Parts: sequence; C-alpha cells; structure tokens
Amino acid sequence: MGAGGEESSFSLCVFVWEVAVPEYSPLTFRVPEPPVRPGGEPDFSKFDVPKAGTVRRPEVDSDPDDMKDLATSLIRVLNRNAEAVGPWAGDIDTDLLLHGLRSMMRTRSFDERMMTLQRQGKTSFYMKCTGEEAIAVGQQLALLPGDMNFPTYRQQGLLICQDYPIVDMICQILSNERDPLHGRQLPVLYSAREYGFFTISGNLGTQYIHAVGWAMASAIKGDTKIATGWIGDGSTAENDFHAALVNASVYQPPVVLNIVNNQWAISSYQGIAGGDLATFAERALGYGIPSLRVDGNDFIAVHQVSKWAIERARRNLGPTLIEWVTYRVAPHSTSDDPSKYRPREESAAWPLGDPILRLKNHLIQRGLWSEERHKQAEAEFDEEMRLTAKEAERYGVMGEGASDRDIFEDVYKDMPPHLSKQRQELGV
Amino acid sequence: MAQMSMIEAIRSAMDVMLGRDENVVVFGEDVGYFGGVFRCTAGLQEKYGPTRVFDSPINESGIVGAGIGMAAYGLRPCVEVQFADYIYPAYDQIVSEAARLRYRSAGQFTASMTIRSPCGGGIFGGQTHSQSPEALFTHVSGLKTIVPSTPYDAKGLLISAIEDDDPVVFLEPKRLYNGPFDGHPDRPAQSWAGHPQGDVPEDHYTVPIGKARLVRDGFDATIVTYGTMCFVAEAAVSETGIDAEIIDLRTLLPLDIDTIANSVRKTGRCMILHEATRTSGFGAELSAQIQEECFYNLEAPIVRVTGWDTPYPHAQEWQYFPGPERVGRELTNLMEAAS
Repeated sequence: MGAGGEESSFSLCVFVWEVAVPEYSPLTFRVPEPPVRPGGEPDFSKFDVPKAGTVRRPEVDSDPDDMKDLATSLIRVLNRNAEAVGPWAGDIDTDLLLHGLRSMMRTRSFDERMMTLQRQGKTSFYMKCTGEEAIAVGQQLALLPGDMNFPTYRQQGLLICQDYPIVDMICQILSNERDPLHGRQLPVLYSAREYGFFTISGNLGTQYIHAVGWAMASAIKGDTKIATGWIGDGSTAENDFHAALVNASVYQPPVVLNIVNNQWAISSYQGIAGGDLATFAERALGYGIPSLRVDGNDFIAVHQVSKWAIERARRNLGPTLIEWVTYRVAPHSTSDDPSKYRPREESAAWPLGDPILRLKNHLIQRGLWSEERHKQAEAEFDEEMRLTAKEAERYGVMGEGASDRDIFEDVYKDMPPHLSKQRQELGV
Repeated sequence: MAQMSMIEAIRSAMDVMLGRDENVVVFGEDVGYFGGVFRCTAGLQEKYGPTRVFDSPINESGIVGAGIGMAAYGLRPCVEVQFADYIYPAYDQIVSEAARLRYRSAGQFTASMTIRSPCGGGIFGGQTHSQSPEALFTHVSGLKTIVPSTPYDAKGLLISAIEDDDPVVFLEPKRLYNGPFDGHPDRPAQSWAGHPQGDVPEDHYTVPIGKARLVRDGFDATIVTYGTMCFVAEAAVSETGIDAEIIDLRTLLPLDIDTIANSVRKTGRCMILHEATRTSGFGAELSAQIQEECFYNLEAPIVRVTGWDTPYPHAQEWQYFPGPERVGRELTNLMEAAS
C-alpha cells in the first residue's frame, strides 16, 4: 500500500458498491376466498367434472408411480342417465346396491329425526351428514368383519349400514341411562368396537394416525385385518395428517386413508385448508402413496374404489389415499348457520348432485327399484326413526338417568384412591 | 443378581417384556438398529427383529399416535421420545387420546402403552435437553406418571408400566443413567457399580406403581422428592447433619399420599424438592395435599425447593439446578422456622 508514495498511507479503503436495487412493488398478502358469498349466485364453473367412465382403472398391484394421474382426475361411474359406465363400474351384487340405498336413506332419516330431537331440546347437539351418505355406507360395505374404522363425527353411515342398533345411537345422543358411553361423551361421538368403529374424539385428525398404528399392529401380528382412516378437508391441515401419511409411507401398513372433501370446514371453504392450488389427493403423492380422487356422491364409484383400495391393503400392497369429492349440504352442526357464509342455494347447485337420488335413479333404470318403493321406503324409515327415538326417550333425554358414579369409572382400569375419595366427596 | 446402570436396567426391562409378551413392541427415533441415543435399547432389535423393535420417523405425535392405534388393536407399545423436552408435539395425542381412550369409550378401547422419555438437568443440556415436564402429565386424568431414581426401581417400575393396562408416562432422569448424582459436579462422577440399588435381578420382577420408597429414615423433617433430587437430598442431609426423612415418590400419579402424610405427621416439617420450575409445578400439588392432610401437625410452613421459574439455562447450570448447598440452606431454615 502506498508503494508509490503518492497516496496517503492511511487512506481508508471504503468501497461504495453501487448496487442497482431493482424496483419491487409492495408485497401483498393472500387470503383465499370462496368464489361466492351469501347473496351471490352459486358458482361451480371452475369445478371440473369429467364424464363418468372416463378415468382408467389400474390393477391393484400397479406401481404407485404409474397412477399419479388418478390424484387429479375424478373417478365417476354413474352417468347423467344413471347408468354405471366405464372401467370402475364392475359388477356389484344387486342386494348390496339395494342395501346401500336403504342404508343411505335410513342415515338421512336418522339425521332428520335427530335434528328434530335437538330442536325439541331433547339433546344438546347434533351433526348431520346430509349429502355425504354414500361415502361411509359405500366403503363399509366393502369391509370385512374385524376391520377397524377410525371415523370422524360425520360417518354415522358406517354404523347404520351394519344395522347397529339405532336405539343405542339415540341413547348416546340423549346421554341417558342406556347410553353405551354412560353419559360421558358429547352427542354423536359414538364408540362401537364390535362394529369396527373406533371411539370418536373431539380433537380433529388425531385418529388418522391411530388408523395407521392399528394397521401397523395388524401387519406386525401377521393378521389379515385392515384399518381405514377418516378425515375431513379442513382437518387435513392438522399435523396428525402428516404424521399418518409419513408413517403410512414408511411402514406401508394395510390402511385406507379417506379424505372426505365436503368443501367446507365449518365456515372455512376448502381453500383455507390449501385445497385451491392442489387436490387433497395430490398430498399423498409426495409420500409415494397411491391416491385416487373420486366422486363421493356416486355410490357405485365409492364402493368400487373402496374395494380396490381395501384389496390393495389386504394383499399387503400398502396404503391408499382416497379423496372423496362431495358437498356438505347440512349446516356444520346444530350450532351452525351456513347462510352466514355461503349462498343458501349452493348445495342445490352442487354439480355432483345427491347420492341417494343418483343411486335411486340407477336402480330404477335397472328395474330394481321404483318411485313408489322409494316413497314407501322413505316413509318406513322416517317412521322407524320416529318410533326408535320414542323408545330411546323412555330411557331419558338430555342426560336424564346417567349415573353420577359413572363420572369416576374408566378413568383408569382400577380406581385409584384419589378418585375414590372424590367420588365420596360427591356423595355417590 | 447383576450390577446394572440405569440404562442397562431399563434395557433389561424391555428385554424381559419383549421376551415374555409377544404383544410388546418398542419403537422411537434411533431406537432400532442404533439402540437409542442413550443405549437404552441396544441389542434389542438384533434379538427380537425389526418388527418388534424399530426406528421411527422424527414425529413425536406420530410415535405416540401410532402407539395408541397399536394399543387399540391389542399390542403393548413401549415407545420412546428422545428427550422429554421434545414430547410437546405428542402432547395432544397423550392428553386428548391416550389418557381419554378408556373413559370416552367406556372401556371398549384402552391405551395400554408406555411412553419413555429421558428428563431432567444437571448435564449442561441447556433449554431443550434438561426439562422436567412431569406436572404437564400429572395434571391429566387418565395418565400415570413415573420417575425412577435407581436402576432397581427403573427396571421394576418399567416392567410394571409395560404390564399396566393404563397409559404410563415414564420419565427417566438422564443424569442418573450412568450413576447416582448428588449435585456436586466438582466431585468425580459416581457409577452404579457397588451401589446397593445397582443390584438388579436379571429376570422378571416388578416394583408397584403408586408406592413411594423410603430413602432415609429421619425424625426432624420430611423431604418429599423424586428422581435426581433424591441423591441431592441425601447429600444435603449428610452435610447439614439434620435428621431428615427422605421419601422418593417414584410414582407421581397415583400419589402415595399415605406414606408422605405419615412421615410429615411424625416430623412436623416438610420440604418439597424437585428440578422442575416452581409455579404450578408438581410441588404445588404436593404442598396442597400435605397441607390438607397434615395441617395440625405442621410446625413450620411447607417449603418448596425447585428450579427457578425460567427456562433451563446453559452457562448457569449450577445456579439453576437445586444443588445440596441450596437444599441444605433451606433445610436449615426449615428447622429454624416456626409456624
């Protein structure tokens, strides 16, 4: 430095780096909004509905790498004329179809009656599954005894199609003296081990990883039973969704992972769960899990795709994820008013229609059912539910008859001293 | 009988149970091939195969959640969370699911599982390798919470936990893994070899859940403690010469209140000692119960010696950790205090 002696030997080397700072406009924050709000015209123009029968059906032992297209398409079987068409139509026993239709109808009648009970003040709370009946019923009828469902609160069809005693369901909803859960649980959070129906939790998404763990256990023991996990579109955002998928990916247990995309999580449309930039089915692809996207209002598609995934699981070919595309017709719960956040007419405009109507029309078209029989069945199921509700009410309504001693039982297998003491304190 | 460290005793418990009950499975992060970051599962995968002992993805909620699903099927999972400081992602699964399964299903489904996790400080573990989160579990109805302090108890209690039909949170003071620790970091490390509680039967035995252990008989005061603090209490007693009775709770919930109350009725003075932070720590529950049970026998206010109400620091390890000097000072104060 300063070798020439001309520069000051103490000159500070300051680099003034002339950077051309590009001009950026201010950032904007994205908050997804549904296409329409109350007062607007329902708009499903961006919802792509491929024709029934156009999506291919791979062999169950196909490489997951070769099925990626199925996560973005939409498997449909029943066409506009109510005919079952395409590679997924297969052949379903007509008794099963009739049982499926009746079970969906009974589920709807049940929901209506329970809504009435809630409005009459006989129970505190209820949740309908109107419009989603095909999914639970269609899949359950593809399962075998001993398989275990890990349901959410909107799969009552799993029980109803197995002829689980309706009176017990209602007693649970009424929290009365015959409530199988002794008045401890909020209405609709059923538990029915003998019917392959895992105890429902109020905490969302938790049971998805339980299904995977249960399936891992079945594989560890060399069993042939499989598990099914259930989750809604909104709850896929929960951490346990990832926990389930990563474990299902790693251990390849026999599990069918269902996502019921009914477009709504209470008031949040599915875009708030990240559903507007990718399908929910696509989530599985990053885990190497085969994934199918299916018309959830098409009973035959539901049943056939379920059978396919169940077969994969049972043949030790690993997990499958299925996104069932449907629409939550009913309010989220009896505490909800959807007209505050979505157009009243939106459910009527839903392009995939109504699952009961679609199967009904298919069966009529095949000469297996008629308008008259349908009306008769409707009346019969409404009456069944009315009478069964009456029967259940005899055991008490709104918590009548639930024993106070039961507060302290089953916290542990054996009651520890501090609980015995507290029970004495309550004087029971 | 064999001489075992706490690590070997814990490993032996799992070994015994894997051998006895084919429904027992062991998994967690680095638990399988490698044998655990603390060697607690070393050799088990080789012995029982990867379907019984295996590595899991780094997802604590998944470890506990999958364990719950397995327990619902009928297995007896014994899962590991690498550090108690990392158990929080699994908290929802532990509190909302494992603890409630039996209750909410009226006994249809149960979570017979054990969640093992190394806890406690005194190892320069800083904020995320030193915590004592036991109060977060004792507050949850449906859980049993265990903290062993010796190899003998660790094995017997872990076998009891795995055999228990209720979910058990099993917190292992990692400071005690290789030897007892009395809170004098300047003195040479001790090993379990030669320690009477390091004598551990090689086969099956149990230590009952819900029963405290009398560490030291005494007449002047009662020290109610657990984990590493049992040894700190012993050191403080020997350094002060105060004839204190020391009770190692072993099980925090269900609590052996009778053993504690009988002791406090005898001594009239009580110190509660734990590493965990003070406010709403388990000591608060102990203090409340002892006050309720022994009010008329107390000669002085119950004193709590605990970690400070701060995150666990790194450099200030020995100002944070309640060592024998602080315990001894508080014990002396307790003897001088009058109600």
